[in-house]
Amino acid sequence: MDMTSNTSNQKENAPTNVVGKPMDRVDGPAKVTGAARYSAEISVPGTVYGVLKTSTIAKGRITNIDTSRAAKEPGILNIFTHQNLPKPAKTPKQVEKWRAAQSYLPMQDDQVQYAGQPVALVVAATLEAATQAAALIKVTYQADAPIDSYHDPKAELFDPQKIQQGKKDSHVVRGNPKQAYDGAAIKHEATYVHAINHHSPMEPAATLAVWEGTDKLTVYESSQNVTMHQGALADLLGMPREQIRVVTKYIGGGFGCKGSFWPHTILTVLAAKAVNRPVKLALTRQQMFTGVGHREDQEQTLQLGATTDGKLVSIVHSKKATTSPWDNYTESNGKIMDMLYACPNYSTTYELARANVMTSVWMRAPGEAPGSFALESSMDDLANQLNIDPLEIRLRNYADHDYSNDKPWSSKSLKQCYTRGAELFGWDKRNAKPGQNRKGRMLVGHGMASATYPVHSSQGTARVRLFADGHAVVEAGATDLGTGTYTVMTQVSADALGLPPEKIRFELGDTRLPTAPGSGGSVAAGTVASSIMAAAEDVWDKVVKMAVADKKSPLYKAKPTDVKVELGRMFLAKDPKKGETLLAALGRNGQPDIEGSGTGKYGAGYEEKNFGQNGADPNNDNKEKKTGGHSMHSFGAHFCEVEVDPDLGTVRITRWVGVHGVGTVLNLKTATSQMMGGAIYGIGAALMEDTFRDPNYARYTNADLAGYHVPVNADIPNIQVEFVPETDPYINYLGVKGIGELGMVGVAAAVGNAIFNATGRRMRSLPITPDKVLEALRQPA
Amino acid sequence: MNNFSYLQAEKAKEATAAKRDDKSAAFIAGGTTLLDLMKLNVENHDQLIDVNMLPFRGIEMNKNGLRIGALERMSDVGEHPLVVQNFPAVSQSLLLAASAQLRNMASIGGNVLQRTRCGYFRDTAFPCNKREPGTGCPALEGDHRNLAILGTSETCIATSYPGDLAVALTALDAVLTLENAKGKQREVPITKFYLLPGTTPQRETVLEADELLVAVTIPQTEAARKSMYLKVRDRASYAYALVSAAVGLEVQGGVIRSAKVALGGVGTQPWRAPEAEKLLVGKAPSEAVFRAAAEAALRGAKPREHNAFKVEMAQNTLVRALSEVAA
Repeated sequence: MDMTSNTSNQKENAPTNVVGKPMDRVDGPAKVTGAARYSAEISVPGTVYGVLKTSTIAKGRITNIDTSRAAKEPGILNIFTHQNLPKPAKTPKQVEKWRAAQSYLPMQDDQVQYAGQPVALVVAATLEAATQAAALIKVTYQADAPIDSYHDPKAELFDPQKIQQGKKDSHVVRGNPKQAYDGAAIKHEATYVHAINHHSPMEPAATLAVWEGTDKLTVYESSQNVTMHQGALADLLGMPREQIRVVTKYIGGGFGCKGSFWPHTILTVLAAKAVNRPVKLALTRQQMFTGVGHREDQEQTLQLGATTDGKLVSIVHSKKATTSPWDNYTESNGKIMDMLYACPNYSTTYELARANVMTSVWMRAPGEAPGSFALESSMDDLANQLNIDPLEIRLRNYADHDYSNDKPWSSKSLKQCYTRGAELFGWDKRNAKPGQNRKGRMLVGHGMASATYPVHSSQGTARVRLFADGHAVVEAGATDLGTGTYTVMTQVSADALGLPPEKIRFELGDTRLPTAPGSGGSVAAGTVASSIMAAAEDVWDKVVKMAVADKKSPLYKAKPTDVKVELGRMFLAKDPKKGETLLAALGRNGQPDIEGSGTGKYGAGYEEKNFGQNGADPNNDNKEKKTGGHSMHSFGAHFCEVEVDPDLGTVRITRWVGVHGVGTVLNLKTATSQMMGGAIYGIGAALMEDTFRDPNYARYTNADLAGYHVPVNADIPNIQVEFVPETDPYINYLGVKGIGELGMVGVAAAVGNAIFNATGRRMRSLPITPDKVLEALRQPA
Repeated sequence: MNNFSYLQAEKAKEATAAKRDDKSAAFIAGGTTLLDLMKLNVENHDQLIDVNMLPFRGIEMNKNGLRIGALERMSDVGEHPLVVQNFPAVSQSLLLAASAQLRNMASIGGNVLQRTRCGYFRDTAFPCNKREPGTGCPALEGDHRNLAILGTSETCIATSYPGDLAVALTALDAVLTLENAKGKQREVPITKFYLLPGTTPQRETVLEADELLVAVTIPQTEAARKSMYLKVRDRASYAYALVSAAVGLEVQGGVIRSAKVALGGVGTQPWRAPEAEKLLVGKAPSEAVFRAAAEAALRGAKPREHNAFKVEMAQNTLVRALSEVAA
């Protein structure tokens, strides 16, 4: 390396500078060779197996449990029921701030409140014996007629006041929406239905509970958030957090279902304590449908008021959904309607109905995914009704600031996404008139929709230990869903320390490590990357101090505040050729290693810390706003082509273009994969994902992956993904916006809009299956 | 899954005698349906009799047509040149089914004997007349989107055979060879093999307790050579048919001489449509003729709330398939 060149040249010639590069996954070889152990694959000496027996009825009371035949299976250690399972110190209901979606813990009494609720837990020496014993337990019930959903004549809709564990209001009003709608020149009203969806990750939820004595517990859990699992266990067991360790090294997909706390974990932990052996329990695929939540069945009614030139004047949204007997969880679909467009008047209301189902939970892009289906379908209708191009109507309503809170955007590249997406897709060649484009027998259609997802506020800590021999260990208790946390954090660490990526060991997934947020709400990448940078800065500061005191250093006697660090090299800001690497200074000092730690913030917290209460916007002096500063969102646009078979009703997606503005991209390859995955997940919801709950039994009838269809390779076309360049100084150290959810938002609407363009029929019920398409085609266009 | 004993039969008689002597035994070939149902505790067998060593293999043309040993695998049969050339509907029905992994395991005999995918049958928490006679049928008022509209009864509306191959075999007049514990063989046309549910939905075929399905023979006809299998489903692969059609036409001098029509996904058994065939024979192929035949095929349909779409979908599928083989 030429040490005399300026910094920008140095950047190019540095051994590292890997952030953003499409680096291969660092955990790839371990995964393809099987060396990576998922939670259920870990065993410790003495491990025995737990298997759940679940209720056949959805409502009623257990009158008898006969375990006599089950107990005769070989190697049974115990069969737990509500009668003999040790009680936790507290039930979720007794915990002051319960962290999870579901507040009901089964096996505490004889009550059954949903189908598939655990009623017994067998522990045996082998999985086979435990499985068969569970089948042989004979449970007798006194069954009552269950309520299956908000459709049930027995169900009563109510206003929950608060949704999402009390975090959000069920009523939001801005301006004068009703009056504005009533007075609007153009009125559009439609109702949208969303089927029950299940996350269905490849890896089932699993727990391995290992007690050391009675006061030290290690849990290997399939967790998107080890800190949450640790805290919930501490709450339920009445134990200090530090005595509980939760470990999750690899996750085979979660999509939200592993980011909340569910009964199987605590039941396994209680059973392990009782049998005094490590107990491993994995949910079966069928149990995954009643064990870890779902996206709730719901319908939304959306009224759009507009001017004759397509400018929105009012958005009135309401939602009905099914919830559990105990909790008021529902996705907040309205959020996206409040902020996506320049609309002065807005309201949303939520109504829920209690049914005999478990509590639903966040599932990839909660709120935004179904919300965008309604909003972006109605916008397409409006465009068609007013004979305006769907892209143009969105530009006419482009929000130059966030109307929901009157704040400026921290960054927004939606216009660029629209433009680049349209260019890649060839949007200008689209025939605006529905039903005109044929390819043989097939009706071809083109549709688009917007995507957006908020930058939630989050923070975390990390530890960096740089060794003088040129390697580093970097730690944060984050998780990797399979989307690339290991890889991108290795890249961030490599650049922070000026080391090649292979010299970095990044450790995650353990509550013994510094606390990081879970993988959820798209906060992990931005927060953990910032935490690592903060910890690296701590190392820099310490090494800079060494250097300026070291006669042999080119920085000797420099003021530490005059020294900059880039890609592992310290130099004088005013004279960049004067400097040396962190390693050079550390090596001369004779210290084998040096450690730093730091806290990274993501979102509003970062802005407040670095730019003050009102952010960097000098014009924003509105004291009524809770926090000043900027509104923070990622944005994108989807474009797709479909072919609809007018005789058979089948829909095939033949082309997909997604262009997104997500701030700094940490790894082009994993980010692109993530956005492809979002599109595929959205295509699943759009065209096929549908769990059927029997109306009389409130029990699912297709609870496996043959009956619950997710897309297969043959359903997915070539997906083209691009990112537009975007710099955002306000959101976190590296300007990273989350991408986990964004790719799915708007996907179902884009598909529906393309089907409309192909057929002239508006599909308002997801999934859009062939029977629904045929039915729509029978109706006049 | 319960514990079971395992017998690897070396001779056919050993297998069939063991089955005769143990009412709770089952034959196992590929196991792709059986193991699935045993894991769900829908089937509980004390003994599995492995028939894979038995000599019921081979794909060869003889004077009666193409004889396929019942132990041949779906993928091998679907890709066999004799099948591809002479019985395209059979080849397509096999290769459009399941997944590559399942096709490599599943035998032809097992395929013909596969059981329904009705969600109530597959979950022992529900009542089901087919699984437990007399307990009731929740599907009538519940999830029947992918259940039958033809051949149903008030006790059962399951598409008892949910697969693809037997639909093609039904269209093409295949004959099944069954062998019993005495070593005696009998031949049953596939159109007489499956039973309608009536009041006994638990009885699905005419197969006796000691009988093993050992071969399938498909007569070689011009209509079979000009045949196809069209499958409509919720996703592009690895899904059971919502509706399918196996059709074959022999057209000479602009007139249909012979027609073979069967439907899948709509009947409680693979559904041969002789009414449709009668309407086709002697006519010049045209969309109007195909449409009339398709309407005739579905005339007896008894759709319910969630599967009413199958009437139109099946008609359109038939018209499409007939148009394509006539082209």
